[in-house]
Amino acid sequence: MLELPVIRWGQPYESLEKQDVKSFQTGEVLAQVHQATGGMVKMDLRKAQKARDALRAIDPYELIRLCGKAGEFYVNDSLTMGNGEVSPDQFCVLQSASTGLPVNMCRANMTKNAFVLRNMEKIIDALTRGLPLDILARGYGEESRGVTVSYQATTSVLGAVLPSNSPGVHALWLPVIPMQIGLVLKPGGTEPWTPYRMFSAFVKAGVPAEAISLYPGPHEVGGAITEQCGRSLIFGSAQTVQKYAGNPRVSVHGPGFSKILFGEDVVDRWEEYLDLMVDSVFANSGRGCINCSSIYAPRHGKDIAEALAKRLGPIAPKPLDDPTAELSAFTTPGMAESVNNMIEADLKKPGVTEVTAKYRDGDRLVQKDTHDFLRPTVLHCTSPDHPLANAEYMFPFVSVVDCPQNQMLAKIGPTLVATAITNDEAFKSQLLDATHIDRLNLGPVRTVSLNWLQPHEGNIVEFLYRARAVQTSAPPAVAVA
Amino acid sequence: MSTATPAASSGRTASAEQIKTAKERLDAHVREMVRWHFSDETGSPFWLEKKTTYDFDPMKDVQRFEDLKKFPLFEDDWLRGGPVRRWLPKGLEGQPLYVFETGGTTGIPKSRLVSEDHWIDYEVFSDTLPEKYFPKNTDWLMLGPSGPRRLRLAVEHLAQFRGGIAFAVDLDPRWVVKCLKAGKMDEANAYKDHVIDQAITLLGAGHNIKCMFTTPKLLEALAMRLIDQGSSIEEAGITGIFGGGTEFTPQWYRFCREELLGPNVYMTPTYGNTLMGLAASRPFDPADNFKISYYAPEPRAVIEVVGFEDHNKLVDHGGTGRVKLYTLTKELFIPGFLERDEGERELPCPEYPWDGVSGTRPYHVFAKTTTVGVY
Repeated sequence: MLELPVIRWGQPYESLEKQDVKSFQTGEVLAQVHQATGGMVKMDLRKAQKARDALRAIDPYELIRLCGKAGEFYVNDSLTMGNGEVSPDQFCVLQSASTGLPVNMCRANMTKNAFVLRNMEKIIDALTRGLPLDILARGYGEESRGVTVSYQATTSVLGAVLPSNSPGVHALWLPVIPMQIGLVLKPGGTEPWTPYRMFSAFVKAGVPAEAISLYPGPHEVGGAITEQCGRSLIFGSAQTVQKYAGNPRVSVHGPGFSKILFGEDVVDRWEEYLDLMVDSVFANSGRGCINCSSIYAPRHGKDIAEALAKRLGPIAPKPLDDPTAELSAFTTPGMAESVNNMIEADLKKPGVTEVTAKYRDGDRLVQKDTHDFLRPTVLHCTSPDHPLANAEYMFPFVSVVDCPQNQMLAKIGPTLVATAITNDEAFKSQLLDATHIDRLNLGPVRTVSLNWLQPHEGNIVEFLYRARAVQTSAPPAVAVA
Repeated sequence: MSTATPAASSGRTASAEQIKTAKERLDAHVREMVRWHFSDETGSPFWLEKKTTYDFDPMKDVQRFEDLKKFPLFEDDWLRGGPVRRWLPKGLEGQPLYVFETGGTTGIPKSRLVSEDHWIDYEVFSDTLPEKYFPKNTDWLMLGPSGPRRLRLAVEHLAQFRGGIAFAVDLDPRWVVKCLKAGKMDEANAYKDHVIDQAITLLGAGHNIKCMFTTPKLLEALAMRLIDQGSSIEEAGITGIFGGGTEFTPQWYRFCREELLGPNVYMTPTYGNTLMGLAASRPFDPADNFKISYYAPEPRAVIEVVGFEDHNKLVDHGGTGRVKLYTLTKELFIPGFLERDEGERELPCPEYPWDGVSGTRPYHVFAKTTTVGVY
C-alpha cells in the first residue's frame, strides 16, 4: 500500500490520521494520504524564511537548470512517492483511477508540466521581461540601460491550495522555485499524485527539500495556508472567488467562463473556424477553466451550434484506459446527475435549444455502477441574457449565443480566455481595454492554447516580487527654479 | 473516509470485580434518581407530567440502568424556552439557582437549571488532576467562553476548590459563530486575537497562574503568540491544562504535546456539555498512541456508544456508533439523549471501570452542516 506522508520542509511526517484515495471504479485503496492539521501548517510557517534561505543559497540560473533536470525525471523516471517507487506509466494509471481523467490525458498533462520545467529559462525571462535573475536574487542591481532597479520578495513561500480536476494547472506554481521562493502545497483530495511526484523530481534533481512542504488535509489546512502565507494561489468555485475577492495576498482561480467572440466582419466565414471551436470546447474533456464554454456570434448562431453538435454529439464514453478515450468520468457520486438536472431545469426556460440531442444516441447523463459521464452538449441561446448563455460545467459544454458585436463586451461577464475572431480594429481596441477579459487571443487561437511565455491570471513574478526603490548614493540634485 | 488510529483498547482494563461493583453502584443510583424525579414530593413538573404519558411506571419498572431504555429518547429541544422552573424538582425548591445556556447563536437557546451540579461535577473531576501539574493553591486562567455558560462558573469553582483563583477573559462564542457562518474569517480571527490579547496580558501581569482551562483552537493561538514573542506556554508559567469545548483528535493531541507544550506541561482533554457535565479522559499512556478515551463521571452521568439505527443497542467494544448520554443527578434527569457525535466504544479501565468512548467526532450525517471549533 502506497503511503504518502505529510512533507514538512522536506521531511516526511507520519500523521495519526490518514485519508484513503480510492479507485472510483473498483474501490481499491490506491494510497493512504497522511493528513496535516491547520496548527501544523501555522507552526511550520513560522520557519518559512528558512525555505527561502535554502533556495537563495543557490544561483537562480542553477535552479533553472535543476528544474530542467526535474522535468526529465518527472516525465521519464521512476520516482519515490512516500513509501513506494512509481513509474511514469503507473503514475498515469493512478491519477486516472482516482480522478476519472483518461490515462492518455494524464500522460498529456504530465508532458505539459514537464514542458514548463524544461523551458523554465524562457518562461522566467518572459515573465520578468528579461530582467537578469541575479537582480531578483540580490534584491537590486543595474540593468543594461544603466538604471538601478530593485525587486523585493513579497513572501518567503508561495502557498497553493490545489485542485483535483485538472493536473495541468500545476504548471502555474512551477516557476516559483527559480525565483527562490519556497513552496507550501495542499494537494487535492483525489489528486495528490502530481505534487508528490513533482516534489520527488525536484529533490532528485538537487533542489533543496527543505524549501518545499506538502500538507494534505481537511479544509482548515487550506485556510491556514491562505491565512499564513504572504502569497497564495487557491483553486475553487465561484464562491471561493467571492471569498477571496479583494485580498491582495491570494490569487484565486475559479471558473474561467472562457469564450470565442466572432466579430461582425468575420462571422459569415465561421465554418473556417469549426476545428478551432471544437478543440476549444473539447480538449482535455472540457474540464478546464480555459475550455470554451460560450461562443458569441452576431449571426449564424443556429448554424454554428448545429455544426458543433454534429461533431461533438456522437462522442460517447469509453473505458478510461482506452488510448482513444476522450471523455472524463465524474467520480463523485451524484455530481453528474446534479449537473444534468441543473441543465435540464434551465433548458425549460424559453430562448434555448439543445442541439446535440439529435446527434446523440441516448441521454446526456450516462450512469455506470461506480461513476458517471456527461456527454458533450451544445446549446443555442437566442439571447445573452439566458442563464445558460454564460454557464460553465466540468465537461464539454458550450452555448452558442446570438449577440450583436456592439453588445458583446457588456454581456460576456468575467472571462478568463477570450478568443476574438475579427479584423475590426475598433473592436480589437475595445477588447484590449476590456478589463473583465484576462487572456486575450486576437485571432484564430484555440482558447486552450496557452503560451507559457505569457502571464496567466496575473503575472506570478509581479505577485511574488514588488518593484521598489533602492538607492546606494544620493541622486543628482534637482535644480530649484 | 478518513481513518484514525484503530480503536482497539489498551491492555489496561478494569477487573471483573471493579466492573461489577461499579455496575451495582450505578443501578442503585438509578433507582434513587428515578424515585426522586418521579415522586410527587420531590419530582419536577416536567417529569411528573411526562410520567402520565408513559405505558410503564418508572417508580416500579425502572430498577436498573438498562431499564432507562424504556423511556423515549430525551429531546434537547424540550429545553428551549420557559418557564424554566418546570425543570426544578420540588425537592430543590428554595435553593439558589443558576440557569446555563447552550447554543443560542440564533433563536432561543437551550437552558438548564442548576443549583450545585456544576460544583459537584468539577469537584469529582478535580480528583483526576495530577497534583504535580495542577498544584493546589495556585491560580488558574479560564481561557474559554464567558456569558451564560456553565463552564465559566464551573472552572472558577474548580480553581476555588483547589485553593486558587480563576482569572477570566471576555469571550462571546455566539459572535464567533455568527462571523464563521457569514464567512467573515478576518473578523473571527480578529476576535480570536482580542481574546488572546487578554490572556497574554493576564499571564504577563505577575500573578501566580499555573493552571488553565482552554480549547484546542485557543491553546494553539496562545502557544503560537508566545512562540512569536520568543516565549512558550511553559515559560509563561503554565504547568497543567484542562482542555475541552471542541473536538480533540489524536493527531491534534500529539501535535499539542510534542510541538505546542513540550514534556513539562500536562494537558488533559475532556468531553462534555452543559447537559451531561464533564467526562475525563484516561490518563496519557504512550501505548495508546495518542488515542483519547473519555469516561463519564458515573453514576452521575453515563456515556454509551449505540448503533446508528438501533439507539438502544450498544455496539461491540471497538465498534463505531452514536454517542448517547444520560444525566442522573437530583437536579437533572436525562434518560438517554443522542449527542451530535459518534465514536468508538471503549473498554472499562482501572480508573473508570465502565465503558468509555474514543475518537469522538461530529456524527457523519450532521458533519457537513455543523460549525465546529468555535472557540
